[in-house]
Amino acid sequence: MKEQLQKDFYNNIKNLSLSQKDIEIKKFCLDNFIDKGFPNKKEEDWKFSDLNQIIKNNIGELSFYNDQASTNKVDTSVFVDGLEHNKIVFINGRIEKIDFEYEKKDQIEIIDQSETINEFENSNSLSDLNNAFTNKCFKILVKKGYQLAKPLIIYHTTNSKIWSKNINLRLNFELDKDSSLRLIDLFNDTSEKNFLNIFYNFELKENAVLKNYKVDKFENKNIKYSFNNIDQDKNSISETFILSSGSNFSKNEINCNLKGVYSSAFVNGVFSLNNDKHHEIRSIINHLTENTKSYQLIKSVLEQSSKAVYQGKIFVNSDAQKTDGYQLSKAILLNKESEFNAKPELEIYADDVKCSHGSASGSLNEDSIFYLMSRGLSYQQSRELLINGFLLDVVEKITDSEIKNLIKNMLGIKE
Amino acid sequence: MDNRQKEINNLKDYKYGFSTDIENIQAPKGLNEDVIKFISNIKKEPAWMLEFRLKAFERFKVLKEPDWQKPKFPKIDYQDLYYYSAPKSMKDKPKSLDELDPKLLETYKKLGIPLQEQARLNGIAVDAVFDSVSVATTFKDELTKQGIIFCPISEAIQNHPELVKKYLGSVIPTSDHFFATLNSAVFTDGSFVYIPEGVRCPMELSTYFRINASNTGQFERTLIIADKGSYVSYLEGCTAPMRDENQLHAANVELIALDDAEIKYSTVQNWYPGDQDGKGGIYNFVTKRGLCKGKNSKISWTQVETGSAITWKYPSCILKGDNSVGEFYSIAITNNHQKADTGTKMIHLGKNTKSKIISKGISAGSSDMTYRGLVDISSKAKNSTNYTQCDSLLMGNRCGAHTVPYIKNKNSESNIAHEATTSKISEEQLHYCQQRGLNPEEAVGLIVNGFCKEVLQQLPMEFAVEAQKLVGISLEGSVG
Repeated sequence: MKEQLQKDFYNNIKNLSLSQKDIEIKKFCLDNFIDKGFPNKKEEDWKFSDLNQIIKNNIGELSFYNDQASTNKVDTSVFVDGLEHNKIVFINGRIEKIDFEYEKKDQIEIIDQSETINEFENSNSLSDLNNAFTNKCFKILVKKGYQLAKPLIIYHTTNSKIWSKNINLRLNFELDKDSSLRLIDLFNDTSEKNFLNIFYNFELKENAVLKNYKVDKFENKNIKYSFNNIDQDKNSISETFILSSGSNFSKNEINCNLKGVYSSAFVNGVFSLNNDKHHEIRSIINHLTENTKSYQLIKSVLEQSSKAVYQGKIFVNSDAQKTDGYQLSKAILLNKESEFNAKPELEIYADDVKCSHGSASGSLNEDSIFYLMSRGLSYQQSRELLINGFLLDVVEKITDSEIKNLIKNMLGIKE
Repeated sequence: MDNRQKEINNLKDYKYGFSTDIENIQAPKGLNEDVIKFISNIKKEPAWMLEFRLKAFERFKVLKEPDWQKPKFPKIDYQDLYYYSAPKSMKDKPKSLDELDPKLLETYKKLGIPLQEQARLNGIAVDAVFDSVSVATTFKDELTKQGIIFCPISEAIQNHPELVKKYLGSVIPTSDHFFATLNSAVFTDGSFVYIPEGVRCPMELSTYFRINASNTGQFERTLIIADKGSYVSYLEGCTAPMRDENQLHAANVELIALDDAEIKYSTVQNWYPGDQDGKGGIYNFVTKRGLCKGKNSKISWTQVETGSAITWKYPSCILKGDNSVGEFYSIAITNNHQKADTGTKMIHLGKNTKSKIISKGISAGSSDMTYRGLVDISSKAKNSTNYTQCDSLLMGNRCGAHTVPYIKNKNSESNIAHEATTSKISEEQLHYCQQRGLNPEEAVGLIVNGFCKEVLQQLPMEFAVEAQKLVGISLEGSVG
């Protein structure tokens, strides 16, 4: 892999106009990655999902060079109907379109930040890989007091032009004081056997509100990793919802730093898996100051030999008195081959806190099925009703009604 | 002053902190094959036992000390320890208690464990381990009548080699982790219990561990076998003198329950915890593992952990037999600079297996407490259930309480439920108690005892009373 990485790296930077210093930094990140390789199960954070092995088994040899000189045609058929929205379109990892047609132009700034690299706490060798190979990176700045009229949908589309490729993306968001943003990540893949490595960084200033929805619904054979760092100032609110379903493998990481008083974070997720899919959500909520709040709810429905993993951590600093932290994960295993692993972790250094977590996994309740069948439903109907009700619980947590309906439609849940 | 206050004053300092001035035989300092041969030789062990030890030592040489645990400690120099230390008077084993060195008798009397049988009224058979040797076992005759074997393991190696050979290392193999392997190579003494088929052990069996010599590691090994349909309740108590250096205690405990057998293992661990500034104290790195080998077998661990500078142990159950049951009840209390990383593992392999985990952690002062546990239901363990509850109580904002459960479910017909909470003693509760005339310390004691009740109830009567007092004492000075 080493030769391939180096060859692709030089091919890649050839096409970029970078200063010597930038090349040095990228080279440094590349060497770090070569040194560490893809994360494997010996690392605590990857204990349940050995990415190195997964890539080997599903893709084999990856190549890291993407020819991004030519533009791709934007296929408008993937756009969401019936919901007016702003768009950012990535096709095969290349930014094709940024369009804030519904917003005041002077309230949103798009800044090219291709030179800067990310340095996150709690990150891993994949951030080195991302730094070494990302070509373009933008920062989207929502100015003070501006609340976007329409949601922003980021389309991640891949097509059959790419095969066994690694794609690296990065976006930064800054929400200035009193601003708000609704964001949907939508994945549309017609390609196979690629590895997407996505890093988002969010900076929420005082009173800012971020609603972040990640939707991976459509069947595909790709492998995805997405890291989200959210820094929150006083009174800010972040809401993250993850629908984890379509890809062969997917891992979403949410790293949330509650730095300002009265800030709060909500992380909700649904795993709806079949075949031999393997998905993971890992969340770390760092309560760094007093009077902060976090709430997490993760539900899984696992069919065939699918596997879901939830690793959630609540960290409470010794200064973070009056913290309220809650975490619940529930899983229904529908097949004897399916598997659910959880590691709900609490690390607490302050005494005046209210922190709890719960985790439960098991089969569908036969009594409930009996109840419904005795009232005239077929076995299949009762099963569906129970599963939909189970998942609806999480979907109902979405605070934006337009997007809630959109996601309900996608899941085929009716009330 | 009421009685309780007097008692507390009495016990405020670690009352087991004295040391006994007694002549010792020690192995040469350090760890190498010669020392292992020395230990094996002095215990007059058969060749197969030495082979077992040397095999473990070969393995130990390639192992690295683990470092994933939460409480970090300065590197232990394994060559700077004595691996064998015994009172000189024990060289030629005394035939009966009358021949036992009076100094030893005195020590145990001071610890509240009179070894002379006539002094015993409550009917608990005791095996007393002093540094590296077992000095006395009481009530031997009565137990022998029923076919029960209760003796030091060094004696069992000689008198019952077929049992020891069959079961030693069958739950904790010589190729296990770092400390367990070290123990396999250099273990010195400990208890051996065999309960024959269908026998219900008529009294509580108990081992009392005492570390006396300085610079010594204590490596004891306990092996309990409950044959078909038998029952045994076993207790373990531990103390050590106050010393400025940290001492290592790395024991291995293996339990084997055959068809329909039940083993109840209770520990009240009160090693010297170090002084208020965190100087000294015992490193308690113990491997305890039970195997529910037969159908309908049951193993239950109960532990009250109040001592030690660092406690690092996970009493585990391997539920191999169908319908077997594993239980774990734990109270861990850390104060001052104590640290604990403890919990359990429940490995479900057989059908219809059940496990239950109740863990209560209390941290005060500048201490740090971690619950770490694993529940693993394999794909063959149909219809299994687990229930886990771990609650932590924090006193003050200099201490930490952490929960790290690993939950793996590979079976759709099995259910796992896990709950954890962290909180502090609420002002209302304290106010309520104080309003009714209790002083703040008594109020905290009452609330904490209530918090622990679920676990304390699992202990045998005599121990429960002692443990309840211990809970109060360990938290002395943490209020206000």
